[in-house]
Amino acid sequence: MSGPGRRRGAGAGRILLRFVCGLIFAFLMLPLVVLFPISFSSGSYLRFPPPGFSLRWYARYFDDPTWIDATWRSLQVGTATTVLALLIGIPLAFGLARGRFRGRSVIENGISAPIIVPHIVISIAIYGLFSKLGLIGEWYGIAVAHTVLALPFVVIVLLSGLRDFDTSLELAARGLGAGPFEAARTVTLPILAPSVYSAAFLAFITSFDELVVAMFISGANMTLPKKMFDSIMSEIEPTVAAVSAMQIVLISALLLLGTWLRRPVTAPLVR
Amino acid sequence: MSNDRASTSPQQSGRLQVDAASKRFGHVAALSDVSLSVAAGEFVTILGPSGSGKTTLLKVIAGFEIADQGRVLIDQADITELDPAQRNIGMVFQNYALFPHMSVARNIAYPLAMRGTPKAEIATRVKQALDMVELGGMAERLPKQLSGGQQQRVALARATVFQPRLLLLDEPFGALDRKLREQMQIEVRRLQRRLGLTTLFITHDQEEALVMSDRIAVMDKGRVLQVGPPNEIYEAPANPFVADFIGESNIFAGVVEADGGNLLRVRLEQGPVIEVAGRADLAAHRGQRVRVMVRPERFVDLAADQNSVWANRIDGRVTDSAYIGVSDKYRVVTAEGIDVLMRLPSGPSSRRYSAGEAIAAGFHAADARLIAVQ
Repeated sequence: MSGPGRRRGAGAGRILLRFVCGLIFAFLMLPLVVLFPISFSSGSYLRFPPPGFSLRWYARYFDDPTWIDATWRSLQVGTATTVLALLIGIPLAFGLARGRFRGRSVIENGISAPIIVPHIVISIAIYGLFSKLGLIGEWYGIAVAHTVLALPFVVIVLLSGLRDFDTSLELAARGLGAGPFEAARTVTLPILAPSVYSAAFLAFITSFDELVVAMFISGANMTLPKKMFDSIMSEIEPTVAAVSAMQIVLISALLLLGTWLRRPVTAPLVR
Repeated sequence: MSNDRASTSPQQSGRLQVDAASKRFGHVAALSDVSLSVAAGEFVTILGPSGSGKTTLLKVIAGFEIADQGRVLIDQADITELDPAQRNIGMVFQNYALFPHMSVARNIAYPLAMRGTPKAEIATRVKQALDMVELGGMAERLPKQLSGGQQQRVALARATVFQPRLLLLDEPFGALDRKLREQMQIEVRRLQRRLGLTTLFITHDQEEALVMSDRIAVMDKGRVLQVGPPNEIYEAPANPFVADFIGESNIFAGVVEADGGNLLRVRLEQGPVIEVAGRADLAAHRGQRVRVMVRPERFVDLAADQNSVWANRIDGRVTDSAYIGVSDKYRVVTAEGIDVLMRLPSGPSSRRYSAGEAIAAGFHAADARLIAVQ
């Protein structure tokens, strides 16, 4: 009989799959294993394994106002980018998913241009424009530039969510007495919420982690990645490791928050 | 009773009238000049193959599409262009369209909440609706935690809890297995009668249509071809499409030889002459080409019946035979090459034929239905 044989084959396949997954996981995670100990190093250089442990590089980060300024600026820029990208991306995705108009597929294919075009090219273009507009060195200027980079991710994630969305749910809501706005509020958006959270997360990360554009247009008002870059250029000390470790913790927390927000909820109250 | 708003009151239901409705999508005429009226409390089925326009008709009635021409009325009020939310029509979708993020109780409460019904009243009516569909214990479940049949009932409760003037059912049993399907057919009909709810049911399943409906409207290519009670649709199809779509049929082509009174003599293409009952609504004269339908179960085995006089007689040879339980199904070919499908009653007293055997069968002129005249 083929039954047991097939099962054994599937078992071997599963072991191989696990092995490959484990390998990839290790490849992705090992840098963190190195990074965290270095951030607690007592030595003055980026060195692994660290000669001893201390909190001095964390203290140094918190004591240095330029680090703290850069962090706040990055959070501010990241938040503004997220809001802007969603404000533009949600209607755009709805239009692309539901609309029937000329040029729809051109826009849909063109939307990923900011991902394809090298950041350095975008940076130069934006620098030219922003210097005329006097936006260089302003945090909201960086946010606008980052929105350009984040928009494709937002639209792509929302589009796939919208394409999976069963429009008969919206029709059902309308037929049961909900106006167009009411149907969107009580049915469409709650069901699409996971996509919106994912899109928001991606938009934030795109901005929070972005270096190239920030180097061109942030001027003296540095974002965190820019500050980290400058720090590495001038002095090779473990403060960067400490900052990176905190960044990773923050992003992991955001990911967990996203998972929590995406849990199936039993019925938001209708009105 | 003081709470009769929540209880059953047959007079609440509406009379639906579709008046010469047409709808085009690009070059395709999804509906052409469709008229249909459904009396208050009546259960009418729209039956047709996919692409016949039945779903478009439903959307035009529900308000998800607006007809290009024609009108839709409920109780004389023109609702042709009214917003779907204002129509007060309950609808059960093909895939139920239950809101996946809301519990069963929230789903059923939705139409009431949208109408601003007070919370306390919502609670009572949701409970009544749940009891009605025998899902009392499932209020806090999510739709995905229910079986297909249970989801179906939730959809039904949600579509009726706000006492709509009309209930629309869009192929609601498509996803259910045969047994559950038959059970739901009975339950839906019982519920519909109890609530006195005017109901329009959409299906492509002719058996379902025959079982459930007060009347059936057969659609094809955006037109309503025939409207009538199930027995009329089955026994007296108005045209070849209806004859072919509903049940099994033998369709013979021939030329009228004599048209005396309400009896026609038709010479079939293959040679033999048969007697066919005339139709008051479809005149056929000598020399005209006609088509005639005979249902397979109308044939009688002449070996088992020597006494009666048969207007028509078929002599042929069995080419295929199948035992179906209630009957035996035979494919018979005559000496002239006419292919005939017959269903003869099965049982200990009746003879069974196997392939290759000769068979003689008779049928009455009244069982030969004139379905087309050219």
